[in-house]
Amino acid sequence: MNAHARPADPRKLIKGATGDWEVVIGMEIHAQVSSNAKLFSGASTAFGGPPNDHVSLVDAAMPGMLPVINKECVAQAVRTGLGLKAQINLRSVFDRKNYFYPDLPQGYQISQYKSPIVGEGEVIVDLSDSETITVGIERLHLEQDAGKSIHDLSPSLSFVDLNRSGVALMEIVSRPDLRSADEARAYVTKLRSILRYLGTCDGDMEKGNLRADVNVSVRKPGEPLGTRCEIKNVNSIRFIGQAVEVEARRQIEILEDGGSIDQETRLFDPNKGETRSMRSKEEAHDYRYFPDPDLLPLVLEPGFVTELEGELPELPDAKKARFIADYGLTPYDASILVAEKETADYFEEAVKAGGVSRNAKLVANWVMGDVAAYANTAGVSISRTPVSAAQVGALVDLISDGTISGKIAKDLLVIVLAESYAGDLRALVEERGLKQVTDTGAIEKVVDEIIAANPDKVAQVLAKPTMLGWFVGQVMKASGGKANPQAVNDILKQKLGV
Amino acid sequence: MTALNHLTLTQAREGLAQGEFTSVELTESYLKAMEQARVLNAFTVETPDQALAMAARADARIASGDAGPLEGLPLGVKDMFATEGVATTACSNILKGFVPPYESTVTSQLWRDGAVMLGKLANDEFAMGSSTETSAFGPVVSPWRREGDTTPLVPGGSSGGSAAAVSAFLCAGATGTDTGGSIRQPAAFTGTVGIKPTYGRCSRWGIIAYASSLDQAGPFARSVNDAAILLRSMAGHDAKDSTSVNMRVPNYEDAVGVSVKGKRIGIPREYRVEGMSQEICELWEQGADMLRDAGAEIVDITLPHTKYALPTYYIVAPAEASSNLARYDGVRYGNRVPGKDIIDMYERTRAAGFGPEVRRRIMIGTYVLSAGYYDAYYLKAQRVRTLIKRDFDDVFAQGVDAILTPATPSPAFGIGEKSNADPVEMYLQDVFTVTVNLAGLPAISVPAGFSADGLPLGLQLIGRPFEEETLFALGQAVEDAAGRFPVEDHWWSR
Repeated sequence: MNAHARPADPRKLIKGATGDWEVVIGMEIHAQVSSNAKLFSGASTAFGGPPNDHVSLVDAAMPGMLPVINKECVAQAVRTGLGLKAQINLRSVFDRKNYFYPDLPQGYQISQYKSPIVGEGEVIVDLSDSETITVGIERLHLEQDAGKSIHDLSPSLSFVDLNRSGVALMEIVSRPDLRSADEARAYVTKLRSILRYLGTCDGDMEKGNLRADVNVSVRKPGEPLGTRCEIKNVNSIRFIGQAVEVEARRQIEILEDGGSIDQETRLFDPNKGETRSMRSKEEAHDYRYFPDPDLLPLVLEPGFVTELEGELPELPDAKKARFIADYGLTPYDASILVAEKETADYFEEAVKAGGVSRNAKLVANWVMGDVAAYANTAGVSISRTPVSAAQVGALVDLISDGTISGKIAKDLLVIVLAESYAGDLRALVEERGLKQVTDTGAIEKVVDEIIAANPDKVAQVLAKPTMLGWFVGQVMKASGGKANPQAVNDILKQKLGV
Repeated sequence: MTALNHLTLTQAREGLAQGEFTSVELTESYLKAMEQARVLNAFTVETPDQALAMAARADARIASGDAGPLEGLPLGVKDMFATEGVATTACSNILKGFVPPYESTVTSQLWRDGAVMLGKLANDEFAMGSSTETSAFGPVVSPWRREGDTTPLVPGGSSGGSAAAVSAFLCAGATGTDTGGSIRQPAAFTGTVGIKPTYGRCSRWGIIAYASSLDQAGPFARSVNDAAILLRSMAGHDAKDSTSVNMRVPNYEDAVGVSVKGKRIGIPREYRVEGMSQEICELWEQGADMLRDAGAEIVDITLPHTKYALPTYYIVAPAEASSNLARYDGVRYGNRVPGKDIIDMYERTRAAGFGPEVRRRIMIGTYVLSAGYYDAYYLKAQRVRTLIKRDFDDVFAQGVDAILTPATPSPAFGIGEKSNADPVEMYLQDVFTVTVNLAGLPAISVPAGFSADGLPLGLQLIGRPFEEETLFALGQAVEDAAGRFPVEDHWWSR
């Protein structure tokens, strides 16, 4: 069922003075196509570089220059369409969108208006273990990026950098299927994940390689769609959520004061936490779209699409289903692990390392827990942490066979990370004397000493058996954490008679 | 001995090959003629140093047996073609002083084949016009005059500089571009041969765009054979132009002189337009007779959507032009008139840079693409364009090999005669030629007779897509029957 047909969810409504409001969100994501060259010229797409360094005669719109489509960009759009389970249009048309701006050298952007390369598709978004929504994709089309105007280098002049001019973008238009800031964030996160799996966009929002135009409207539950405002060029997932929230609030306040919403384009200011009007509907450009006569309609051979389809990697949804089926993970854990392909690969490698079968759930906990936390703090990806997937596998094995406790495992991991220890963990355990003490005689000796030294606590535990934890703690402390916690428990219970 | 610049390109090629003269001598002859003909205002830039250097290199290649197909032959280039290191302005103030760091594909192929560049030739601003009066360099004067009358006449347009220069023996041949008749009409006005090949036959890369779906390059020459030689070098696939066609380029010269026996020539009844002069009607009939005498079969045909061609053209071409000319904004190159803000700068720059006809077409084009008008104008025009093309498809499917029409509704007119009148007067000049661009077909204009007051008149032959060879064969049949049309009175060099 498409999300736009679902009934309003009371948990997602926004409380207003006159009752509850439902926010309705649709998004246009501009994703920079991963390619070496621009959409219609051979110039490099590399990020950075001195201003106007990656500019061909075509990008600068010199007289008599003509665009020639970059086949790799077309393939990337098709891959993306396939990844969105979307209709691939074998015939699409490039149009000119005409407007004047200094960073738009041709005076028009080459885009696809009436006949996009990709039609309807969908994105499945997991919100929790129990809640999944399907967001409809209306279309995906290819278009050129503009250059960059720089206004703060001179008091009287503006500068133009055309390095980005002509870089290929995919505009991915969703249906108005999202109902909260959380859903909006989750959708972009999922879409970004799919693009990164496909290798069609690196999803780097800091570099502006993925940005969103967010369409927001509000309504009373059950009513028709309200008038929307489009918030342009929001460039982080966090800001998307914030923009939705403040814009919905703004609209609700206006409506509750008896006003009406003007359809307009707005900008989100994250510093002030507000959206501001950019231009009204009346000021909207008349883009005078028409088919670009310099380019023939783009016609794809069915075989070209089939070939790309055959080469598609396993995508997050399929991987998640497999993780649940093969490794017994919960849907939520699986969705977290598959969000980044690197993490998923790391997890699978850890599960399978050394060719032994080990507890995948335990592996998942370590990957999502201590390893992910370290990676997060260090600001690196999981695969760049000093601990290898094979070491995580070995760590889980050491716990499973009773060589170390979970507590010691955490210490062991800290050593590996701090010392970038790349060797065998079992050897490290031996070397550092971290091996778990399972010798009951040795444990009994410690237990006896602690009981003898704490007669007051013994009296207490007899009255209140939950006090046993204190004794366990003391024994573990005395053993340097190496005593087998289960054995400690058993011996204490027996000795204390609780 | 005939002055070297009076030789046809074919004759000059022969003379060079035989060692009768050198390319430097030939080039000097043209440079001298150019100097004496400045009153015609055909050239926007003369490049004598470059020409002599190229000629010297050509002579060396001829001597060493490495001559290319155009080795040592001096040509002129319409100002719509980007020429590396040589000012290229489309005869517009907005591009005044623009010197491209690149060479158009078509001209680079001419130089590859050994041709010598004499300079750049004037055209109507951005190729918009039929008289070369809208050039920012001032009007070009035709070498032709009416008998007993010194009224300066237009050479036609937009490739008027090319037509005038070829006709006045200022170059052995020249390039032109044709969007609605800009090669064929000036060829007809100056007694020269001009061919607009099939859309996609020549690369548009490096040619300043007027209307991308209609623009095509083609040659001007003093004989059909000369035109065939030039087109062979100009044509060919170019990966840099997505609309150029990847097809073998025939040796068009082989088609010149081939018998036209049995060729079916269609006479479209719709081209008998209202108010067409008696002398044009007669020329048309004489043309049919010439071809019939050469063995062709003449058949009446119908192209029912012809009357919609001109209005369709004046929607499609301005629409594309309004977008193509958006890049001339004063930001990166060409003229800039400062303003108080960016919009003011755009407005001042474009108002100062574009002449009235260009401004008119930009406004028409902007209007027909606007929200609310797009369907009624642009979309409808595209539909009519399809019908016009289908008219031709139907006729060709019936076995017609080529279509014979007048090239223009009148002989050359006086400078100022139409430019000060209703613009539609000027637009009517294209009535026989625009259909061909809308359908993307090849067509040749061949001089075939004189008007009552002694001005040359041309016939147009329209061919099937990529069958330029048929047009060269038929064109030669007309040339055989009607002769060539050199200007007799060289009044400008007296």
